[in-house]
Amino acid sequence: MSTTDPRTENFPLAAESREAVEGALREQRPLTPTERVIAGVEAYTPEEAAERTLANEMLADIRPGVRQPLLINLGPNHPSTHGVLRLIVELDGEVVKEVTPVIGYLHTGIEKQCENKTWWQAITLVTRMDYLAPFANITAYTMSVEKLLGIEVPTRAEWIRVLLGEMNRLASHLVWLGTSGLELGAMSVFFYCYRERDQLLDLFEMVSGERMNHRYFQVGGCAQDLPPGFIERVRAFTDEMPKRIDEYEALLTGNPIWKDRMKGVGVLPAGDLLALGVTGPTLRAAGVPYDLRKVAPYSGYEHFEFDVPTSTEGDSFARYLVRVQEMRESLRIIRQVIDGMPEGRVIADDRKVVLPPREELAYSMEALIHHFKLVSEGFMVPAGEAYAPIESPRGEMGCYVVSDGGPKPHRVHMRDPSFVNLQATAPLCKGNYLADLIAIVATLDPVMGGVDR
Amino acid sequence: MALIPPPGAPIRRSPRNDERVDWDLRDPLAAEVSKGLLTTTVEKAIAWTQTSAIWPATFGLACCSIEMMHTLSPRLDMGRFGAEFFRGTPRQSDLMIVAGRLTQKMAPVVRHIYDQMLEPKWVISMGACASTGGVFNNYAVVQGVDKILPVDVYVPGCPPRPEGLMEGIDVLRRKIGVNGQVPSSELIAGRRAERLAWEREHADELAALREVTAGHDVQQPGEPPVVEPVVADAEADAQARAEGRGDAG
Amino acid sequence: MSDVSAQIEAVTPGAVVAEFTHVGELTVEVRKERIVEACRALRDGPGQFALLSDVTCADFPDEPGRFRMAYHLASIQTGSRVRLRAWAGALEPEIESVTSVWPGANWMEREVYDQFGVRFAGHPDLCRILNPLDWSGHPLRRDYPIGGEEVQFTDAV
Repeated sequence: MSTTDPRTENFPLAAESREAVEGALREQRPLTPTERVIAGVEAYTPEEAAERTLANEMLADIRPGVRQPLLINLGPNHPSTHGVLRLIVELDGEVVKEVTPVIGYLHTGIEKQCENKTWWQAITLVTRMDYLAPFANITAYTMSVEKLLGIEVPTRAEWIRVLLGEMNRLASHLVWLGTSGLELGAMSVFFYCYRERDQLLDLFEMVSGERMNHRYFQVGGCAQDLPPGFIERVRAFTDEMPKRIDEYEALLTGNPIWKDRMKGVGVLPAGDLLALGVTGPTLRAAGVPYDLRKVAPYSGYEHFEFDVPTSTEGDSFARYLVRVQEMRESLRIIRQVIDGMPEGRVIADDRKVVLPPREELAYSMEALIHHFKLVSEGFMVPAGEAYAPIESPRGEMGCYVVSDGGPKPHRVHMRDPSFVNLQATAPLCKGNYLADLIAIVATLDPVMGGVDR
Repeated sequence: MALIPPPGAPIRRSPRNDERVDWDLRDPLAAEVSKGLLTTTVEKAIAWTQTSAIWPATFGLACCSIEMMHTLSPRLDMGRFGAEFFRGTPRQSDLMIVAGRLTQKMAPVVRHIYDQMLEPKWVISMGACASTGGVFNNYAVVQGVDKILPVDVYVPGCPPRPEGLMEGIDVLRRKIGVNGQVPSSELIAGRRAERLAWEREHADELAALREVTAGHDVQQPGEPPVVEPVVADAEADAQARAEGRGDAG
Repeated sequence: MSDVSAQIEAVTPGAVVAEFTHVGELTVEVRKERIVEACRALRDGPGQFALLSDVTCADFPDEPGRFRMAYHLASIQTGSRVRLRAWAGALEPEIESVTSVWPGANWMEREVYDQFGVRFAGHPDLCRILNPLDWSGHPLRRDYPIGGEEVQFTDAV
């Protein structure tokens, strides 16, 4: 795209620099820091470029051998950045001076599309936001819609949500541990973790029919009851899993290389993390026992006994330890759920919102009408707004829904923990080595699907 | 019912029935020569080596990339097909698995990475989003990665099971296996007609060969072709073409 | 008047426009010029709303204020929550940035700017975050078309 602005007239801008300049030109404002970093040196005017060269020369005069900063670009396709995250890093030698995360490479427009779907169709879409925590996504969404509708969720459904949510936490932490190990050179951990994750996905498949992106929870409860034999298989899994976690710890916790790369890397005081909005294991590793399951119990978490693991170091190693400990606590909760699973309905008995049982369609005219209305038009949600926060594997995941009283949401917004936590990358990395940046990003555990939505 | 054949009886093997892949192994001359030698063309030899060492690029976009990682897991182990070696740089990879939704912002990057890969290169479009846009039909998502890249294999699913991706890689291997492309049925029929003509021409020599090789453990050449009508059609077509009548029917 | 509103009023009198509780959630609507003072009052006040959970927006094209900002605040100690609301204005929507109170508001406000076109005065780095930098239009506005390709047989439904 050609432009007559003097800033860009004489410079053959790379497509990307042009992009960065374009938006600022359109709004007639100077480049912001992020845009300036993305545009790179090509966006300097001739005068600016001359000025900077002069400044460098003068510096070199005063202090011979002074080093110039080096800009390198990690991503968006980088083997160690957890997906399509792009980090523009300014280095002084090997030390990170500045990091600018650039996100949006997986921006899927889910929030916009939810506004064009009915309330129950939107569940399919929100599942695919944070793709490592599909059950957490749906729980947050359905809980906020249930709040607006004023529906009571049956106890059994709540317990099933807790059960699957905790299994989801295990599966998510296993991916985190496996890939973090892979990124820091401990490849065998990946195979160990994925071995157990496969078992978990088998259980998910048993209950929902899909290995990922399950659409198992409905507004009002769960789509179906647990299949026969499920509880027994979960019990067998929970009996076996603690030994497996011991195996991971045997591989990593005492491993001198792992400790060297993790200890003392990426520390930020709890106050700073809180000001940045960071939640989840990252905040707990810095000593703040903020866990929504304890602080503001939802979905029946008040019935279960578990601890919130914390640490005071706040470095990458502490984050690792907290997550591993969380896996053990999740197992504790799962055991309590399967031991005390109550009987009863798995979905609320409200024909205006909940699909009638399949077999009733064969003989009941009302059921058929309800089914038809729900599937074709959807259910109406009273006007208002609601925000339902839950504790996802990465921190506080909240869903903010606004209804105008119709069959479609007016606004669906996910407060995704990855998005907010990722802001801490720059302050965490400053002053560390480039290789530590990988460890820091790995232990922040961002999921780009949730960051960009 | 004798399950064990008497000593000295010729060993009968069931014919290889995957014509699309193994048609060259059914060539009688090749079968004869294969007792001592292996003949092939350079292209075929290279294609064969390529099928067993497809190195994918480490390139995951969204949910599907997690399932892509599961193909490396101990349960499935894509290493069995030589495709376990994920490379961090496009320069060292042969295969790009587009695993996940491709967004407008990412599309130029993906094309850039594809351009950096060296020939020969292949693309698998993994999952509904990469193939068609999937459930995301909106301003942000490119409706199918084939809008910007040539795609060799589409793997359906949301996300596909790891077994699905393995099947996709297997299809790709078959595709590469024969001179880089799957032989068309026309080509197979033509080759078979050619072979039968050759056999008729060399009937005496073949009979002599058969006598010589009667005691050996080799597949007996000159077995009746599997599908007669195809051959007949091909012959009729060839005859019709020779007589200048144009396409029949 | 709730404790939360009282806290705000004590620091900046006249900031609270309305307050109500709906589905168990406390919402306080404040005048948009006072949003920073209100946030600071709640962060430092006895309620200890130290965590800014979320900043987001919703578009109401028929309302005079059109863009309704929502700030979700949480208390680490008690887990109590409050939602602050403010209307950003229909033409040239603009509101004060709360990045001076919580640096974590940086990306959240950038997202609202990117998706709704609400400008934040005093924001250190106000540029697009999710969409490409040269994108035109703000996708989450109600008048922005959803885009994509037309699906076959949609008209038959």
